[in-house]
Amino acid sequence: MTTATAKTPAGAGQAQARTSLGRLRPRRNPWRHPWFLEGFTWLYLVWSLVPVALAVLFSFNNGRSQSVWQGFSWRWYFADPVNSVLHDPNLHAAVVQTIRLSVYVTLITVPLGVAFALGINRWRGKTASSANFLMILSFVIPELIFGVAMFFVFTKLFKPIGLGTLAEVLALVTWNVSWPALIVQARLVTIGREYEEAAADLGAAPWQVAYRVLWPLLRPAIFASAVLVFSGVIDDFVLVDLLSSNSGNTPMSVYIYSQQRGGNGGPALNALGTIMLVMTFIIAIIGYIGYRFMTRGERGGRLEALTTIAGGEG
Amino acid sequence: MAPGQERVGRGRRNRPKEPHRLFWAALAAPGIIWLALLFVVPFYAILAIAGGQVDLFGVPVAAWNPLHWSSANYSAAWHDVTGASSFVGPIILRTLVYVALASLISLLIAYPAAYFVARFAGRRKALFLILLIAPFWISYMMRMLAWIDLLQTNGYVNKALSLLHLIGQPVNWLGGLGFTVVLGLVYGYIPYLILVLYAGLDRIDPAMIEAGRDLGLGRVRTFVHVTLPLSRQAILTGMLITVLPMLGDYFTNQLLSGTSGTTMFGNVINDQLSSSGGVLQGEGAVFSMLFLLVLIAPMIYYVLATSRSSRGAT
Repeated sequence: MTTATAKTPAGAGQAQARTSLGRLRPRRNPWRHPWFLEGFTWLYLVWSLVPVALAVLFSFNNGRSQSVWQGFSWRWYFADPVNSVLHDPNLHAAVVQTIRLSVYVTLITVPLGVAFALGINRWRGKTASSANFLMILSFVIPELIFGVAMFFVFTKLFKPIGLGTLAEVLALVTWNVSWPALIVQARLVTIGREYEEAAADLGAAPWQVAYRVLWPLLRPAIFASAVLVFSGVIDDFVLVDLLSSNSGNTPMSVYIYSQQRGGNGGPALNALGTIMLVMTFIIAIIGYIGYRFMTRGERGGRLEALTTIAGGEG
Repeated sequence: MAPGQERVGRGRRNRPKEPHRLFWAALAAPGIIWLALLFVVPFYAILAIAGGQVDLFGVPVAAWNPLHWSSANYSAAWHDVTGASSFVGPIILRTLVYVALASLISLLIAYPAAYFVARFAGRRKALFLILLIAPFWISYMMRMLAWIDLLQTNGYVNKALSLLHLIGQPVNWLGGLGFTVVLGLVYGYIPYLILVLYAGLDRIDPAMIEAGRDLGLGRVRTFVHVTLPLSRQAILTGMLITVLPMLGDYFTNQLLSGTSGTTMFGNVINDQLSSSGGVLQGEGAVFSMLFLLVLIAPMIYYVLATSRSSRGAT
């Protein structure tokens, strides 16, 4: 193509026009499939998922090694009478503590955050916007600094609380309250105010508007935020690491960390990690199906549901 | 709350504005009080500890009155950074290098993958999206555990490398290599980045890209002149969302190396917090304050960007 234009030298202006035209014409089909990018993406996915799959595999290893396969067994889950998750009191306690924290924190965080989002979004004014500023700040502040602040406030100021489960719950609620608050606010923006105004024109009081109009419209967002908070608490590490004080209030993530770091690694830790993984995956699947069910008939569909459940809206 | 609200609600027709405001303010109140007590006060606690002194036993005592603040902890921290026995300076430098490298590598990996899934995945988009999001649901500790398994001296990485004759001796990956820590950081934080990038790239109107193509741009130049500028916001937020937690990370290096040669800034604060008897907690508070001060500008940028988009349409 380019050689053809070069072969016929004509007036200077004409040649210039031709070269610029040749420059603009794409040399290859611009709609072709990007095989290189696809290959790269698959490589990335293999790199990001296969190591974890192997770690899950090693939780079923019939031996102490985390790197040499010695056959399949359930010993690290329940078969071993001493070292399995079921029978080792510390491992057992870690699972219980994680579940307990997730349930408590979700039950407190979601109503708190939803009410906050609704109130802030409709109230307007200086107090409301500075409170909103604080809430988003809590979303982005490095967890270590927030953890240090929490550590000091519970050990030096609110001393009766001290370290332990209560401190963990209070800190995790504060840390996670931005999920429901942000997601509900985003949803309020997409809903608009027309439904509410219609209800108000028909004589509904604000709490009737909230209950009869906003609650059904916000249900998917509230549900999605509950899923995010629950799984976020399961995976949280920094706060619970700083605020736990003994084996009775150490959740799974902290237990894995302290044992591995102390040189006590082994397939039992992989088993614990696998239990965490199964828990969050179950929550994610419930979240996805539930969200799809609640938003049926709306635009968006499964892709929108997937990104929302993963926190893509925050 | 309920009875009082009811009375206010009945008077609505006469005074349309005021009672509504009260209702929404009452909804937001629990969240605002919660944030004040457990977000604002804790940061004041850091200030009070940082400005406090130590008692006879060397335990830090908080100075709740700003008039009683002393500079003892500040000068101690200053000596840690610059004095003859300084050790923090090199650690800060190392942290910056690790985080810069890790975030750059993350971006180079995450962008093409997110770009492919957002643009070219076609009907397989849901599948790719699930695979991209999956690490988001796997606990950080489990993902680190996966690499600990792989990187052991007799692990699969060494086996693969010696099979390919790339190494003669098995490499001690977990023995204090900065390379391993940077890779761990990349692996740990990339899911968050990729999700933000995907959301940003997915939001770009395909018509813009088609327009670029129609005007004769090739694939590369369409990307450079259309897609890249339109995704700048996503890149910025994505980097922020990964860099901020990386800077406060103290566990990745502990798990993947555990030697003083890879200590990061987060370790300094964490060690001072858990120092025996809490003698170094005052300095820990000072360093947390400094950390916060350095990060306040990017954090506020993020908050403003988020609150603009979350309030957007209304």
